[in-house]
Amino acid sequence: MHGTRWRRAFRAKGGPAIKPEGKARPLGAGLLAGLIGGILFPAAAKPPANDDCLACHADEVPRSDGRKIAPVGAVFSASIHGEAGAACVDCHADLAKSELPHAEKLARVDCASCHAKPAEEFSKSLHAAISGRRAGNPSVTCASCHGSHDILPSKDPKSRTNHFNLPATCLACHGNTGMVRDAALAAKTGAPSSFGDSIHGSALEKTGLSVAPNCASCHGAHSIRPPSDPDSRIARARVPAMCGSCHAKILTAFETGVHAEAARKGNPRAPVCIDCHSAHAVKTPGTTSWKVGVIKECGTCHVDLIETYRDTYHGQVTELGFARVATCADCHGAHAIHAPSDPASTVSRQNVLATCRKCHKAATANFTKYDPHADHKNRKRDPLLFYTAKFMKWLLVGVFSFFGVHTLLWLPRSIQARRVHERHRRQRH
Amino acid sequence: MAHPSESPGEIYYRRFTRTERIMHATLFSSFLGLALTGLPLLFSDQPWAQGFARAVGVRTAGNVHRFFAVVLIGTFAWHLFLIVERLFGKKDFGILWGPDSLVPQPRDVKEFMGHMKWFLHLGPRPKFDHFAYWQKFDYWAVFWGMGIIGGSGMMLWFPTFFARLLPGWVFNIATVIHGEEALLAVIFIFTIHFFNENLRPEKFPMDDVMFTGRVSADELRDERPGEWERLRAEGALAALEVPPPSPRLRRAGRLIGTTALTLGLVLVSLTIYSLTR
Repeated sequence: MHGTRWRRAFRAKGGPAIKPEGKARPLGAGLLAGLIGGILFPAAAKPPANDDCLACHADEVPRSDGRKIAPVGAVFSASIHGEAGAACVDCHADLAKSELPHAEKLARVDCASCHAKPAEEFSKSLHAAISGRRAGNPSVTCASCHGSHDILPSKDPKSRTNHFNLPATCLACHGNTGMVRDAALAAKTGAPSSFGDSIHGSALEKTGLSVAPNCASCHGAHSIRPPSDPDSRIARARVPAMCGSCHAKILTAFETGVHAEAARKGNPRAPVCIDCHSAHAVKTPGTTSWKVGVIKECGTCHVDLIETYRDTYHGQVTELGFARVATCADCHGAHAIHAPSDPASTVSRQNVLATCRKCHKAATANFTKYDPHADHKNRKRDPLLFYTAKFMKWLLVGVFSFFGVHTLLWLPRSIQARRVHERHRRQRH
Repeated sequence: MAHPSESPGEIYYRRFTRTERIMHATLFSSFLGLALTGLPLLFSDQPWAQGFARAVGVRTAGNVHRFFAVVLIGTFAWHLFLIVERLFGKKDFGILWGPDSLVPQPRDVKEFMGHMKWFLHLGPRPKFDHFAYWQKFDYWAVFWGMGIIGGSGMMLWFPTFFARLLPGWVFNIATVIHGEEALLAVIFIFTIHFFNENLRPEKFPMDDVMFTGRVSADELRDERPGEWERLRAEGALAALEVPPPSPRLRRAGRLIGTTALTLGLVLVSLTIYSLTR
């Protein structure tokens, strides 16, 4: 279609047209002259004009050896570069001095000659660093994400870098299992593909929210760096601020809590947003699976507390997948967690009754003397519980030692007794 | 090998009344229901428990647990009522002392010692009467267990009510006691009680007396020679004579008994497996 349009325009004007409608830059006449010159003097030293290129690349022109020449005319004319009236040789600079037909292998296009700033950012990125670093690593170039002749402005809904299309562009590599495996693209190979089911991915792709984040919202675009790089947007220390750039009120609350304080003090194990919410598979909080999962996340650091929690009814039913009981966050809060000794804490002496009453409406001050983290192994902290558990344990051991022996001694005698009883019965009847 | 209690033309005697059989049936069905729905909590980290919770639902399991708790407490209350009635209504003090009583007595100590001697080939088997010492232990274990598990269970069911009277830490104690005592009961009933009354070779695979309420003359003479001789001397045997259990009753008893035994053995296997992991 477009190919014929190009050819028609070419015939009608008898000269070059980057766009059939003719928004060409004021080279028109010169190009026309160039074309004539090109026909008369095929080996002219002048750089080839777009129409020189299109003489072959306008459509699928069969080559003498039967192979096909890539048609670029149609897509290029619709591209941002085509719209702007760029010449083929602006990018393919090596062809400016080349004779036509040119060599099969062209020099790599250097986008930096125009796009200096993004190219500079990119040169320091993870993508630039990994390119060709080891066998199997793909070579990531501008074209990998932006395309080549068909580059459209990001605002165009069809653009590869359009806000809504970007995940698909990234997933072309990061969702390609073979590529991920061969090039060791990411440690968490499944993570990028789980984005689609996440609350962010769903908002972006299903709901179509322009405010929903895509990959670049968190990772950046040209300057993507690994999380281990302290300058990376996704470096642990910078994650709260990054998430907070949208979730501003939550960031404010989080900053007041113990976890943010620990992070500020440089504790590398201090949790940030992604530890509870995950990075890619961010789910709607409040669902059963989410609530049950977060308990385990808290337990990765608070090992002793999750152990005592699992001794309670709350901990047992949540472990069985039921979340309509107190989970960690129901008592301790989520973003603004304070130490129990802090009066601001939801479980401080001042606030604990109100916290219990969230579920146990009729709770009294007496009720709050229950210890949701009582430890039956800790004699000093919970002596009564400790001795109760000990007593129950020894009762169990005592009863079964006694009856174990009783049963073992009885068994062989019972076999004999059965025979005796049978003999008696034969005699009686 | 025919079951020892199955001889043709046998005379049968009443051992349990219909009420007692019904009470035992409600006791063991509610106990099984409680064990089935309670053990997954105690072993919530085990895949079988999580599978059960997924299949049945935690809420449903909790409702079933509370339903059977009511059934069991009701049965216990009924039992207590019958005791009071027998004591004060019928002035039947035989349940407090003597051969028909479940109260431990000096003879139980003697019989226990004698039984141990018999185990070790050091003496004759004691001549057990109506209730042997291990049966009295079973009875009092359940009696104590009812108070302990039932009481702690009610506390955990209605915490805000009990917190009006008691400090909150009693729920910590109640949680430990409820679970550990339940564990004790479950393992005891499904191993020791099962062995003593069903699985030991003299009775294997099961004794259906709790379902039919009748014991054959042969069995009475072999198992409880003390009772047999006493009843004969008192001339009380004839009054206890009943027709043999109908084949239908026997089949029903076997079916229900086998089901309960199987379920109990599965539960105790899971329990012991989980405890030893």
